[in-house]
Amino acid sequence: MKKLVLASAAATLAATAAMADIKVGMITTLSGGGASLGIDTRDGFMLAIEEAGRDDVEVVIEDDQRKPDIAVQLADKMIQSEKVDVLTGIVWSNLAMAVVPATTAQGLFYLSTNAAPAQLAGKGCNPNYFAVSYQNDNLHEGAGAYATKAGFKNTFILAPNYPAGHDSLNGFKRYYKGDLAGEVYTKLGQTDYAAEIAQIRASGADSVFFFLPGGMGISFLKQYADSGVDLPVVGPAFSFDQGILQAVGEAALGVKNASTWSKDLDNAANTAFVTAFEQKYDRLPSIYAAQGYDTANLLLSAIDKADINDDAAFAAALKAADFASVRGDFSFAANNHPIQNVYVREVIKEGDIFTNKIVDTALEDHSNAYVDACKM
Amino acid sequence: MSTILIFEQLLNGVQFGVMLFLMAAGLTLIFGVMGLINLAHGSLYMVGAFAAAAVAGLTGSFVLALMAALAAAALLGAVIEVTVIRRLYDSDHLDQVLATFALILIFSEGTRWLFGSFPLFLDIPEALSGPVTLPGGIQYPLYRLALIGAGLLVAAGLWLLIERTRLGIQIRAGENDREMIAALGVDISKLYTLVFALGAALAGLAGALVGAIQSVQVGMGEPVLILAFVVIVIGGIGSIKGAFIGALLVGLTDTLVGIFLPEVLKLFMEAAPATSAGSAIASMSIYILMSLVLIWRPSGLFGARA
Repeated sequence: MKKLVLASAAATLAATAAMADIKVGMITTLSGGGASLGIDTRDGFMLAIEEAGRDDVEVVIEDDQRKPDIAVQLADKMIQSEKVDVLTGIVWSNLAMAVVPATTAQGLFYLSTNAAPAQLAGKGCNPNYFAVSYQNDNLHEGAGAYATKAGFKNTFILAPNYPAGHDSLNGFKRYYKGDLAGEVYTKLGQTDYAAEIAQIRASGADSVFFFLPGGMGISFLKQYADSGVDLPVVGPAFSFDQGILQAVGEAALGVKNASTWSKDLDNAANTAFVTAFEQKYDRLPSIYAAQGYDTANLLLSAIDKADINDDAAFAAALKAADFASVRGDFSFAANNHPIQNVYVREVIKEGDIFTNKIVDTALEDHSNAYVDACKM
Repeated sequence: MSTILIFEQLLNGVQFGVMLFLMAAGLTLIFGVMGLINLAHGSLYMVGAFAAAAVAGLTGSFVLALMAALAAAALLGAVIEVTVIRRLYDSDHLDQVLATFALILIFSEGTRWLFGSFPLFLDIPEALSGPVTLPGGIQYPLYRLALIGAGLLVAAGLWLLIERTRLGIQIRAGENDREMIAALGVDISKLYTLVFALGAALAGLAGALVGAIQSVQVGMGEPVLILAFVVIVIGGIGSIKGAFIGALLVGLTDTLVGIFLPEVLKLFMEAAPATSAGSAIASMSIYILMSLVLIWRPSGLFGARA
């Protein structure tokens, strides 16, 4: 098990005696199939901590192996023996559901760098839980809004048969006004989509929306490009992210995808972030890196304002969102989920590298559908 | 539902089955001849795909990539047979499972160490890309047709090898009575290394062929491994013919039930729950098939041993 302790607090205890040192526990996926997401989350987060040059923040990083039971064990260990003040870093919604409610119930703060399931945005919301990334439905809602705007009348939609897949198709339908040529749930982890592509071909659809994160999306796009079906494709950013695009190659060119962040977003914080990330890690950042970076900066801004042991004050400091987000305008809705733009990106080729550029804004200052269900 | 769609789905099922056969053939051969449960078979599939992606990236040649996949998987197979597997023939299955599971972890993290955590790119060769129009107006990707062809060719070659060559006779004899063929002067440990390398090469070939239309990433072998075990249990452990029939059955069942069950359910219930229930049951279909076959024939369709 990897363990990385940075910025040892002991050396500077005397200097910062007035303010308690902060210990952050990061649980993320660093091995196995989804490791690239967790590695980007970690690298983005640590870049912000390093840039701040602070030695009163200590980050303990552990690998959850994408397994809920391991994530729960790590959380218990971090809370009980490491005595962390804040937990963060989980990539996957099922892991977040296993860890977040127990964490906030013990009075700790949880800042989400990615996963933000509907259950934690509505009835299960908590003053100590902040989703710095998005609400899970947001990107799918953006894709739906784009599909409507692009004039699609008969879209074929597909997603894996698990909770986030159902949320995805529901989110898409919330903002898509046309008809559905077909609605298909695939197996989670499926790698061959020949059967679904044949259905798309036979359905008379004029466009395709899909949510297939990770390797599933790579397989689908390669097979779709080779099938001779030539309908426009829309999806959330997950299948068109920096780490994945190089493996998809030409097959992704021109595809529109919905995202809250892109490397060409024009604001000072983002330009500085992309340059610094590339310089330090020798690759382009992904949305997970951007969200990790934002999460760290939000946390640092709150540490400067309030004492972390004063729950109400610290929650208020977080909620003020007084930091320069790489996503531009950023604030929190009543249920501690972001209000931000959802953009439409197009996959392009820059030299030898496949990447995205923003072509439109799908939803401006977009909040989420669960604000009213949250009572806190 | 048009006949074209049905025919296209049949082709998809056959193609999936033929690819499963490449995995299952090696697995069943190793199990049949040496009595060894090799969980690391999926890792050899992954190694084949990574070797192919790396060589294709360097040379741009798909043929070289395939050869690299075969060579890398066969070589690695021979190495692990000599260093690790050889010590396990006399142990019970639990020890074999533990040791080969350890190999999975070593190969997964080793691959990540060599190639990084991001998926690799491996594309279909130019000459085989795009769809062709079959009689009846069916548009079907040429590469998938080539996969069916390649799989059938390997199946035929394997049949010739087992039934018509001296090595095949030794392999079949080894399945039946290993002491006796050792007594007859056959170098049994060399034979085992050879069979293991052959099985590994088949897995590597499958990984490279499938990698071109899927995602080449760490951990890609394990889901296929589970299906390959289902195939050899259905077909009867140790039987190449059983692996072939079993692979086609699993490929067709998985594809056809996944597509048609939701449609059938829609006749009785509303669209949304029908889609949801249909896909849920479809993902169980091959395991249901396996149970039915085992009830009917407890040692599988062509299994010799109980």
